[in-house]
Amino acid sequence: MVGIALAVNQIKDMFAVVMLAGIYGLVSASFFVAMDAVDVAFTEASVGAGISTLLMLTTVAMTGRTEHEASHKPLLALLVVTVTGGLLIYGTFDMPYFGSADAPVHNHVAPRYIYDSMKEIGVPNMVTSVLASYRGFDTFGEVTVIFTAGIGVLALLSVVRRPKNDAAVEAINDSMHEKHLVLRVVIKTMIPFILLYAFYVQFHGDYGPGGGFQAGVIFAAAIIMYALLFGLSAARRVITQPVVQLLSALGVLIYGSVGFVSMLNGGSFLDYSVLSADPIAGQHLGILLIELGVGLTVASVMIIIFFSFSARSEYQQAKKGESL
Amino acid sequence: MEAMLSLLSGFFLLFGSFLCLSGGVGILRFPDFYTRMHAVGVTDTLAAAMILIGLMLQNPETLVIIKLMLILLMTLFISPAASHALGQAAVLNNLSPLVDSNIKDLDKSTASGDKPSKS
Repeated sequence: MVGIALAVNQIKDMFAVVMLAGIYGLVSASFFVAMDAVDVAFTEASVGAGISTLLMLTTVAMTGRTEHEASHKPLLALLVVTVTGGLLIYGTFDMPYFGSADAPVHNHVAPRYIYDSMKEIGVPNMVTSVLASYRGFDTFGEVTVIFTAGIGVLALLSVVRRPKNDAAVEAINDSMHEKHLVLRVVIKTMIPFILLYAFYVQFHGDYGPGGGFQAGVIFAAAIIMYALLFGLSAARRVITQPVVQLLSALGVLIYGSVGFVSMLNGGSFLDYSVLSADPIAGQHLGILLIELGVGLTVASVMIIIFFSFSARSEYQQAKKGESL
Repeated sequence: MEAMLSLLSGFFLLFGSFLCLSGGVGILRFPDFYTRMHAVGVTDTLAAAMILIGLMLQNPETLVIIKLMLILLMTLFISPAASHALGQAAVLNNLSPLVDSNIKDLDKSTASGDKPSKS
């Protein structure tokens, strides 16, 4: 992995760099599997090797294939980074060794989760119980970060769509039908199964690897595949921009509302035990709702980012076509 | 019976790994884009199928076999489609295949093999 990282740094051809980044994602996913962290490996494989590579490829298609030569050697920046890194490494000397048996995290925190998770929460997948219930507030922060990223992309890359563009784009799409017939037929067969798998992963997060993040990414990947093959305007007819923006906000709202309802019922923020008469049922209900919120936001934000990138790319190409 | 099953599953897994490796050797050694893609496309699909069948024979519970069968079906659909997408992208970008120099009456100016031409 260090070798891949060094290669990413040195190689000037952006396309090769994007491919290497995807390979890095896959290698780290297999590394996580080797360490028995299957949930994380799942998320890393879908996000790092799938969506991230795709979005970077879209960017490279828009910006250019080779990196410009740096005009000056950033020595001052190198010095600052080295000093900061050195201070951080010096700061870790006080911490217990990685994986040592007498670290506080292995004596107090982890045994509590491992031994009491089934009693207190009742879902077999401990990762989900930690992510959604014990550390629900951190996950709320993650969902809000993803939502903020979506807002940032919308603020920076929104394109005013002119109706003249649509007719030209439609004509291109219709003429592409013959060329890409095989792919279109195969993908049309596959998309329902991919969407079904996304729902399976979403609701199966309690019992096996899965959960909202992975499910959202897989759902978005199916929609993006449709958009790649059938044209952006066809995909926008299915997933309209106002709807997807609303859904992304709705996901975060659902998450926050669950916390708020817990407070209204007498518990603290995001304490799911008070959501129903039986604490275990309350925990299940809380986890179900917040995973739903997470899946909604992640899927909508991925779709927003991809649609913004490719709308920008189409806009650039249309402008180039007009100015020629 | 158990020994027979594990022997068979081991054979499938080994064959699948050998196919993967030979696909990798093919990428490195073949001279042209199209031949390389053909090597990888065919062997990767079959290797994935062999490995999945080997895994199915490892532990024949019904649910595991059904899940692995579904993965196999999806792989058989998607992997050839991916190879087709690669090949079509190359053809549509005017990448002509490397042709045998012994063929008479051939227009040599269009044979390039690795770099797409501008036409």
